[in-house]
Parts: sequence; structure tokens; C-alpha cells
Amino acid sequence: MESPVEIVQHTAGGVIGLSWLMIVLPLLGAAILLVLGRKTNRWGHLLGVAMSLASFVVAVLGFFALIGLPDDQRRQAVHLYEFIPGMVDMGLLIDPLSISFALLITGVGSLIHIYSIGYMAHDPDRRRFFAYLNLFVAAMLLLVLSDNYVGLFIGWEGVGLASYLLIGFWQFKPSAAVAAKKAFIVNRVGDFGLLVGMFIIWTSFGTLAFGDLGAKVNGVQDGTTLAIGLLLLLGACGKSAQLPLQSWLLDAMEGPTPVSALIHAATMVTAGVYLVVRSGAFFFPEGSTAALAVAIVGAATLLAGAIIGCAKDDIKKGLAGSTMSQIGYMMLGAGLGPAGYAFAIGHLITHGFFKADMFLGAGSVMHGMNDEVNMRKYGGLRKYMPITFVTFIVGYLAIIGFPLLSGYFTKDGIIETAVHHQPVLGWLAVAGAGITGFYMSRMIFMTFFGEKRWDADAHPHESPAVMTVPLIILSIGSIFLGGYLILSNTLMKFLAPAVGRPTDLPVFHFASVPGLATLALVAVGAGFAWFRYGRAEVPVVAPRGSFVTTFARRDLYGDALNESLFMRPGQWLTRIAVFFDNRGIDGVVNGLAAGIGGTSGRLRRLQTGFARTYALSILIGAALLTGALLLVGNI
Amino acid sequence: MNGAIEAPTIEYGLLAPLLLVFGAAVIGVLVEAFAPRYLRKSIHVPLTLLSLAGGFALVLVQALRGSLPTTPAAMGAVAVDGPSLFIWGVILVLSFVCVLLINDEGHFVASAAAVPGSADEEEAETAGGGHTEVYPLVLFAVGGMMLFPAAHDLLTMFVGLEVMSLPLYLLCGLARRRRLLSQEASMKYFLLGAFSSAFFLYGMAMIYGYAGTVSLPGINQALSSGVLLDPLLLIGMALLGVGLLFKIGAAPFQAWKPDVYQGAPTPITALMASGTLVAAVGALLRVFWVGLGNLDWDWRPVMWGVAALTMLVGSILAITQTDIKRMLAYSSIAHAGFLLIGVMATFDSPAGNAGSLSAILFYLVVYGFTTVGAFAVVTIVRDPGGEAWHLSRWAGLGKRSPLLAGTFAFFLLAFAGIPLTSGFFGKYAVFTAALGSGAEVGDSLGGWMVGLVVLGVVASAVAAFFYVRVIVLMFFSDAAADGPSIAVPSTGTVAVISVAMLVTVGVGLFPQPVLDLANQAASGLFIR
Repeated sequence: MESPVEIVQHTAGGVIGLSWLMIVLPLLGAAILLVLGRKTNRWGHLLGVAMSLASFVVAVLGFFALIGLPDDQRRQAVHLYEFIPGMVDMGLLIDPLSISFALLITGVGSLIHIYSIGYMAHDPDRRRFFAYLNLFVAAMLLLVLSDNYVGLFIGWEGVGLASYLLIGFWQFKPSAAVAAKKAFIVNRVGDFGLLVGMFIIWTSFGTLAFGDLGAKVNGVQDGTTLAIGLLLLLGACGKSAQLPLQSWLLDAMEGPTPVSALIHAATMVTAGVYLVVRSGAFFFPEGSTAALAVAIVGAATLLAGAIIGCAKDDIKKGLAGSTMSQIGYMMLGAGLGPAGYAFAIGHLITHGFFKADMFLGAGSVMHGMNDEVNMRKYGGLRKYMPITFVTFIVGYLAIIGFPLLSGYFTKDGIIETAVHHQPVLGWLAVAGAGITGFYMSRMIFMTFFGEKRWDADAHPHESPAVMTVPLIILSIGSIFLGGYLILSNTLMKFLAPAVGRPTDLPVFHFASVPGLATLALVAVGAGFAWFRYGRAEVPVVAPRGSFVTTFARRDLYGDALNESLFMRPGQWLTRIAVFFDNRGIDGVVNGLAAGIGGTSGRLRRLQTGFARTYALSILIGAALLTGALLLVGNI
Repeated sequence: MNGAIEAPTIEYGLLAPLLLVFGAAVIGVLVEAFAPRYLRKSIHVPLTLLSLAGGFALVLVQALRGSLPTTPAAMGAVAVDGPSLFIWGVILVLSFVCVLLINDEGHFVASAAAVPGSADEEEAETAGGGHTEVYPLVLFAVGGMMLFPAAHDLLTMFVGLEVMSLPLYLLCGLARRRRLLSQEASMKYFLLGAFSSAFFLYGMAMIYGYAGTVSLPGINQALSSGVLLDPLLLIGMALLGVGLLFKIGAAPFQAWKPDVYQGAPTPITALMASGTLVAAVGALLRVFWVGLGNLDWDWRPVMWGVAALTMLVGSILAITQTDIKRMLAYSSIAHAGFLLIGVMATFDSPAGNAGSLSAILFYLVVYGFTTVGAFAVVTIVRDPGGEAWHLSRWAGLGKRSPLLAGTFAFFLLAFAGIPLTSGFFGKYAVFTAALGSGAEVGDSLGGWMVGLVVLGVVASAVAAFFYVRVIVLMFFSDAAADGPSIAVPSTGTVAVISVAMLVTVGVGLFPQPVLDLANQAASGLFIR
């Protein structure tokens, strides 16, 4: 195995030295839009798009500057300033891993910005929406570009904030407000894990910089690193909606669809994968217990998400279940060490494309169907929205792993590596792929094929070009990107300086046993979906279904579990705490406060307002000072 | 010696910033004497601003030239060293900003000599105009503020102290609203200031009696050779300390501060809270580090008590205040206590001393700008009768003017030392310096320093209570129906608030440039 190369301090100017612009530009956009407020309503969305595009341009230039360097120079640390003296130096780390993320965030982000111009055209608060989107892009870039955990954490909280604001963007809907709060609270659990993990890193190793940790940890694995690894994993689970912190993602679909596409599919939810891969060399090395935990969480979530996806009639929630599941694949890959990193990141990138493609496609469908999300009220839409249909089909084929499309290469890479390293988890992933074939086909058949089951007032129509052009670009990526990244190990070689790589580069087999089994299961799943939803009629009102269906419809009882395990005992605990708080702690605190307040009130009387009293106090003070000095001097 | 008095050599180049400010002040007096009334203000404002800006430019020129002299200027009277230049720069910028506030209409009485409420006053009021003497007075005060911390011997320092204080006594009495309160403040400040100056002089005389010189390094030298336990010396040191601690408002010499801050016209309060404090802390440092440096084992325990008392008195008494300016005055007392922690943080090594000196300088910048910003906000929240001084009038301000209330809230958070504001780094720097000094001088004082820092953190927590209380009042209380109106601020006031906000936010996010500057200024320590 080759380990990551040393981080070199970036000295010369050039594009890499200017990479902070990537973060500052969208941040500036958000600030302008929020501070100037309504004055910018007319052109605010254009500024938002411009800032995102400008950031993309910087990222592309940075990318080319980076590949212009020799392999051992490809981790450039850009020092910005000393943030907390003696503790944190704020700086950016430009390496293949971070620049890949930056390209995905700014590239897909810009497309979604453009799409939103059309999607939010009729919303009176469009300008505010773009301000939040810009804020998100800035925070996400800070998350991936920081060269230390503190910067990462600030970005991490920033994207959490942006996500909260955007899920609850239509706050007049109680469901949206509740969903935003839920996302925020569940994420708090994960953030707490990350924070405590950072505390332990600081106390154990005395640094929070990625560049110094390698030498400090030095490959030693003990209880401390395991604890750190599990805490970071908890953080990753919160942000990436992995078991057991998955419950917020489905509700997060209350946000506007571009938000679901950008934040809750393509970028923010993959931050957990980034965290694991970035910390991989220190806390999740190949074969460690922490890495195994990551893989197990990934495998469990990929199945859970897929099962949830089977039962959802809401097109966005179906896609959200699928997002959970696909991130499960990435986590599984990230838990396999350097052999899996390239596939995990590759799947992350291709997923960013095809899932954004499908989410935006779903948005386009909703746009034409009066914001209807229930697939049971769709049907036969392919004739009315041809471009949306074709691009959605491309995304669909990519996600189920249709041969030669993007998802085929990256997902198959994860599955084969998993079967090789962790056979049990690997075969679970194969099963998950079969279920993916079923629920995604179900979505296609219910939406685009079959009879019209529309509401009376629905007049489906194709969306304007500002929405369809991003769809087309995304679907092109969904077709070709995977093959380009995986076939000749392009991505693995590119990422090697940042995350290391296995000694023997893997060779992609088109006819391996797990690969063929996956294809067969996907075909079975798709066939079954056709049997149930393509050939047969789809009832407009959901049938009751078996207990398995109910189980899946209720999100595997995730909310019920949370409520009975955490919420109710939590409420009891708070009641008990409040009881004791009122009796005991409040007594002390209030007593203390009252004591200070009382002291204040009494001391205040010394402030008589008479100059003579003040002069006397000065005299007494002088006497005291003199006395004290004489005393100290004579000790 | 042949009987003739030697002509003193004066390094005009080095003293140029000082001379420029004093020169402009003298010209200002001439303007008062000879220019027609309607022209005066339009001459004073550019003159004052230009001289302050020019002074700052001269400071910059000297700082950039690199090599500072290693001996004091003007026959050993004034030390132009790194800390002096830094403090001059800070004072000049702060006073420039305060002059922008002073320049705003409506802060100063039209005729100070008229009895409040009399017909004379009404007449003067309708005639308009106001006192234009304010400008030269401010310039004299600023010149005094510059001389005070740079003085290299006690006599010069006393001159600086008086030149700084006398104009301020006058300025305090010129408020247009609440005139009786203002005149009372002026009177009290004058009486108590004179009283404390007497202590300073008396202390100086005692020390002269012991050391036979008033030059600071001369005193220090006498300490290393003479009898250390001479009561003459110890009493002199205590009385000198009283005079200086009075100026920074340390307990138990703080009583004047709330009354004076409350009564003075708010722009003058801003000038006193920022400029005077900076100057007095600078002078305190110079006396105790340069003049009495060899005696630090004696004065540090006493200073410990003063710092602890000051922090506690400041933050505890602030809780029950209902006048916004008084509250800020107590907050200023608490901050003086935090600064004293830094003054105590002396080391055995020059590098350590430079570290804590730089922490204090940094703190002064941070606190100076935030406090000017806060008082600037106070000037524009108005009732029909003037500024809305009572805290209850601020209820619900956040709902009516969210931007202004938000700005003020941010200043308060900076006072409280919440991270991502400049105040956090100020406290962090001073506390770190104190802990480091405790660790270096060994266990005997180390524990005491840790104790002081803990006390500082506790005092910060108590102080946070009343800062946050104002924020809660502004944002979570219902507004009074006849609540204060927000005066449309002049461009100058907007500029002041913006600059203060910029520094508070900017230093909170990027402390490094200012820290670097402070480090550079402190690296050479004081001239000895």
C-alpha cells in the first residue's frame, strides 16, 4: 500500500494561492443579498449564479494548476492566517481529494443555481433563496478545503445552518418548519460526536491540522484512536443520514426541490464520507475496528434506505431513501481503506450527477403538475415532458448500474472491493443493488408510463430551457463520468497523493461473479417492478399492503424508535431534571445571582454622588495601597 | 558648567506627531480669538481632522522607517519607542473617530456660562452655533494623551497628565441636555482629578527624595543600588500608583467614572473611555515596568488585589445600573481590571515581557474601537429630551431598528468576550500572558496568577449577564408605544459605527494583522 504524500507549504502565488476566493466569492454573494435585502430582488438571483460560477472557475483553474504539479507536490497547504494563536492556523489544503469535492460542489452547485432561476421564478423570496444557496456553497467549500478540523467544523456547522434555513424555506408550512427543526436537532447529536472527537484529538495529539496529525498518530492504533474514530463516525452519520441518525433526511424533502438536489443529495450529505476519507489515514486505517464500523454502518444503511425507497409514493421521499442507500454504498467503500476510497469518492461524484439529475427531473415533473409529489397521481408523463423523461431515464439507468453508465462502474467497484475485503457486507451490497433495481423501476413506471391518474386541474408541460439545460448537462455526466474515472483507474491515481492507494491497482472486470450477480438481481428487481407497476394498474389510493410495506412506509419505524427510545425518556429526564433544577440547582444559581445582585445593590449605595465621599474613598484606597506596600515590602 | 544655561537639544523629527497636534491646538485657539463666529466651525473641523490624520501619518512614517532611537528624545524627557508609537497611533485614530462624533450637531451646549433653564440659555440656543472651543480643547487633550504615556521622567509625565485632564474637565461640562448633571460631572471630575494629581505629585516628591532623580530609568537604577525597604520609596510608589490608577478607573479609585461618563456629552465620553484609558494604561506600564521594574516583587501582590477588586466592582455594580452610559462606565471599569491583569504579567525574560506588553496593546486597540462604537450608537437613540439614557427605553429596539440594535448587540458581545468578536481575542491574549507569566516566575506567584485569571473569567461571566440583559431587552421585550426614535445619523456617525464594527468583526475573524503589529511594537519593549 502506498501512503499519502507529505503536505507541502504552498509558497508561490498563482491560482492555488488564490483558492480562498472560492469560499469568499459565494460568501460575498450571500452577504450582499442578505444585507441589501429587497433592493436586490431584481438581480439577486443573477448575482447568486455569477458568484457560484466564478467559484467554479477558480476551482477549475486550481484543478489544472494542481495536475500541472508532480505527484509529490500535489498536496498544497495555503496558509491564510493564525486563527487562535498557538492552536489553530487557518489554512486551506488543496489536494486531489479536496479539489474533487470543490469541483463537484461548484460545478453541480452552479447548475442547480441556474435551474433554480426557473424553478423559483414565481417565489417572492427568490433572492433570499439564492442568498442561502450561496451561503451553503461557501460553507461547504470551507468544509472540504480547510486544512484542519476546526475549519472543517465551522464549515460543517455552516452547511448545517444553510440546510436548516433551506429546509424551512417555506416556513409558512408547519411541516417544513418541523422538518427543519428535526434536521437541526438530529444533526446536533452527530455534531456533538464530531466535537468531542476533536477535543480528544487535541488533547491526545496537540494538533488539529491534517498536515501534522500523520506524524503524531504515526499509524498507532489504540483505544484513543478507536474512540476518536467512532466519534467522528457519529458525526458522519448525522450529516450523511446514516443509521442510526438517518431519520431527518426524509423529512428534509420539505425544502424546495433544488435544495434537495444540491444539499440533500449531491453535496452536503456526502460530507460524512469526506470526513471518513479525510481522517482515513489517521483514524480509519485499513483493517481497523473503526473502519469496520464504518463499513457495517454503510451496509446497514444501504439496505435500510433501499427498503424505505420501495414503499414511498412521494417521488422526493423515494429519491431520499435512495440517497440514503447510495451514501451507504459510499460509506461501505470508505470503510475498506485505500482500496475502497477511489470507488467511494467516484460513486460520490457520479451520484452527485445522476441523483441531482433525477431530483431536478422530479422538480421539473412537480413544476408541471402543480407541485404534486404523489406518484400515484402521475402516470404517462413521458409524452408530455420528453426532455425530463429522457434525462430522468439516464439518471435511472445510471443508478441501477446499467452497464457502461456512470453508476455501473463506481457501484460495481465498491461491491467488488467489498466482496473481496468483507464478503458478508459485499453480498449484502449485491442484494441492495437488486432492491435498487426494483424501487427505481417502480418510480419510472409510476411516473412516466401507464395510465394518466392526474388530478383534474393538472396540465403537465415541459419546463423552460433554464431548467432543462442543467438536466441535459447532468445526464451527460451521468453517462460518461463513471467510465472515465474508473476504467483506467484515473481517479485512483489522481487521488493517491491525498489518500494513498493499494499497491496493485485493481483491474475492472466486466464479467466477475459479484458483478454478474448484481446485474441479474437488478434485472429481477426491475422485472418485478414492471410486473407490479408497469403491466398492472396502479391504484390511486395506496393499498394497505403487508406488514413489510407498512414497515417500509414508516421508515422502518425509525421515528417511532427515536420517539420511544430517546424522545419519551428524554422528556422524562428533562422533567426530572427540571424538578431538581427548580429545587436544587436553581436555588443555588438564583441564590448566587440574587447574591450578586444584592451585593450590587448594596455596593451601589457607596456611590452617593457626593464628591466628598468619592474623595474619601480615594483617600482610604491610598491608605490601603500604602499599607499593603509597606506590608509586602517588609515581609 | 560655566553658569550659562545650556540650550536643550530637541529631536523635532521624532516629536513631530506630538508637535503637530499641539501646534494645531494653538492655531485653534487663535482661530477662536480672531475668526468670525460663523466661520469658526468650518475652520476648526478640517484643521482638527487634518492635524490628527497628519499626526497619524507621521507616526506611520516613523514606524515604517524601522530603526527607532534607543535613547529618549528631548533631553531624556520623551521616549519615542515602539510602544509609544503604537499608542500614539491608536490614540490618533480613536480621537479622529471621536471628532467625527463631536462634529455631529446637538451634543454641545450653545453657551456654557448661561444658567440652565434661564432666558440667557434660551437666547443662546435660538442663536445656535454652540461652543467651537471644543475643537482646540480636544486637540490639547489628545496631545496630553500622547505625551502622558511617552513621558520618560515623572515631571514630564505630570505635565502630560494635566494637559490631558484639564481640557477634559471643561469638555465634560458642555453637554446640551441634562445640563445640571453635566456641570456636576465636570465639577466632580475636576475636584477628584485635582485630588488624585496631588497624590501623584506627592508620590513623585517622595520618590525624588529616595532616588534623587525623576527620570524613570534613573529611579530604577537607584532601586538596584539603594535600600529597597525605605518607607520613602514604598509610600512614594503607592501614591504614584494612586494617581495613575485613578486615571484608568481602577477600584477603589473608580467612583468618578460612572458619574462623569454619564454627565459628559456622549462623544466626549467616547473619547475618555477610549483615548484616556489607552494613554493611562500606557503611562501605568511605563512607570511600573521601566521606573519600578526592579521592585516588581513588591508591587505585584498589591496590583493583584487592585486588579481583582476592579474586575469584581466593575462587573458586579454594572448589574444594577439603569442608565446605559453608567452601565458602559462600569463595563469600562471591569475592562480596566482585565488590563491590570496584563500589567501584572511581567516575566523574567524580555521575550515574555514583550509578549504580555503586546497582549495589552492588542487589548487596548480592541476595547478602544468597540467602546467608541457603543457610545456612538448611544448618541443616536434619542428621546424628545435628548439621548434615551434609561435602559427601559431601549426595550424592543431590535424590532424597530434591527440593524442598529444588532450592531449594538455585537459590540456588547465583544465587551463580553464572545468568540468571533475582537473582545474574545483581547481577553484571550491577556489571560494567556498572565498564565504564562505565572508559570515562568515559579510556583510562588504562579498559583496567584492562575487565581487572578480564574477571577477574571468569573468576572467576565458576571459581566456577560448584564451585556446579554441589554440584548434580551432590545430583542425580546415589547417596545414602549412612545419609544425612542432613532435619529437619522450623520455621515460622520455612520462612519464611526461602521469603522468600529469593521474592527470588531475584522479582528474577531482575523486577529493576526493587529497581533503582528502589536508584537512588532512590543518587541523592543520600552526604552530604558
